[in-house]
Amino acid sequence: MSTSPSDSRSVTVENEHGLHMRPAYLLAETAGKFACDIEIENEDMRVDAKSALSILTLGATRGTMLQVHASGPEARQAVHELAAMIGAPFSEEIGGDTHP
Amino acid sequence: MKFCDFVTTEAIQSDLTAADKEGVIRELVKNLVEAGKINGDESDGIVEAILKREELGSTGIGRGIAVPHTKHPSVDQLTGTVGVSQNGVDFQSLDGEPVQLFFLLVSPPDRPGDHLRALENISRQLRDDMFCKFLKQSRTAADIQTLLEEADNNQFVS
Repeated sequence: MSTSPSDSRSVTVENEHGLHMRPAYLLAETAGKFACDIEIENEDMRVDAKSALSILTLGATRGTMLQVHASGPEARQAVHELAAMIGAPFSEEIGGDTHP
Repeated sequence: MKFCDFVTTEAIQSDLTAADKEGVIRELVKNLVEAGKINGDESDGIVEAILKREELGSTGIGRGIAVPHTKHPSVDQLTGTVGVSQNGVDFQSLDGEPVQLFFLLVSPPDRPGDHLRALENISRQLRDDMFCKFLKQSRTAADIQTLLEEADNNQFVS
């Protein structure tokens, strides 16, 4: 039995405006609560989920298929939480009071 | 998307003088007004909208970088500019560090994809330590413009 559990899951971005800055922050903040290593992957790169800046580099629009990977303590829970966020509309606000 | 697709060259400033968040945002918005990219009558509303966005959580993304931004119906295309503060400004960044590099973006409400692609470009380029360092060391707007052109030509990101 492995001492370093790992898990991964595919999930489609549901945010209408994609993973812009605020969602990237919230994902990184959630990822940061876990001790395990967590990464998010698109078709051409794999980045540290604990870095909002790195998540932004994915340029993930709505409908983009991403893979969430985690290894270490609570890997399964980490993948579950991050995939649940990515797979649901959250924090649509780009900014300003003009948002509908 | 490249820097040249959204950065207004005439609005770049290498010597921001403001010492606080609102002041820096006002300086950069004023530059965009003077460059003809923003209607002067809308500048107060745009500054307020950017500050309101900051209240949701600072756009200071760490490493001395911030990307203050908003959507605003008075612009019909994504527009932005770059500013450098030699002394750095407290921007309530996640890492607590003062911010020296600012990328300010104003986008039309109906073009969220452009905003996302600009963020993607900025974040990819700024992961390069040399690019960040050179930008912070820039002493003229022309220096900054040259660095942005070099980044657009993939001279920093492999």
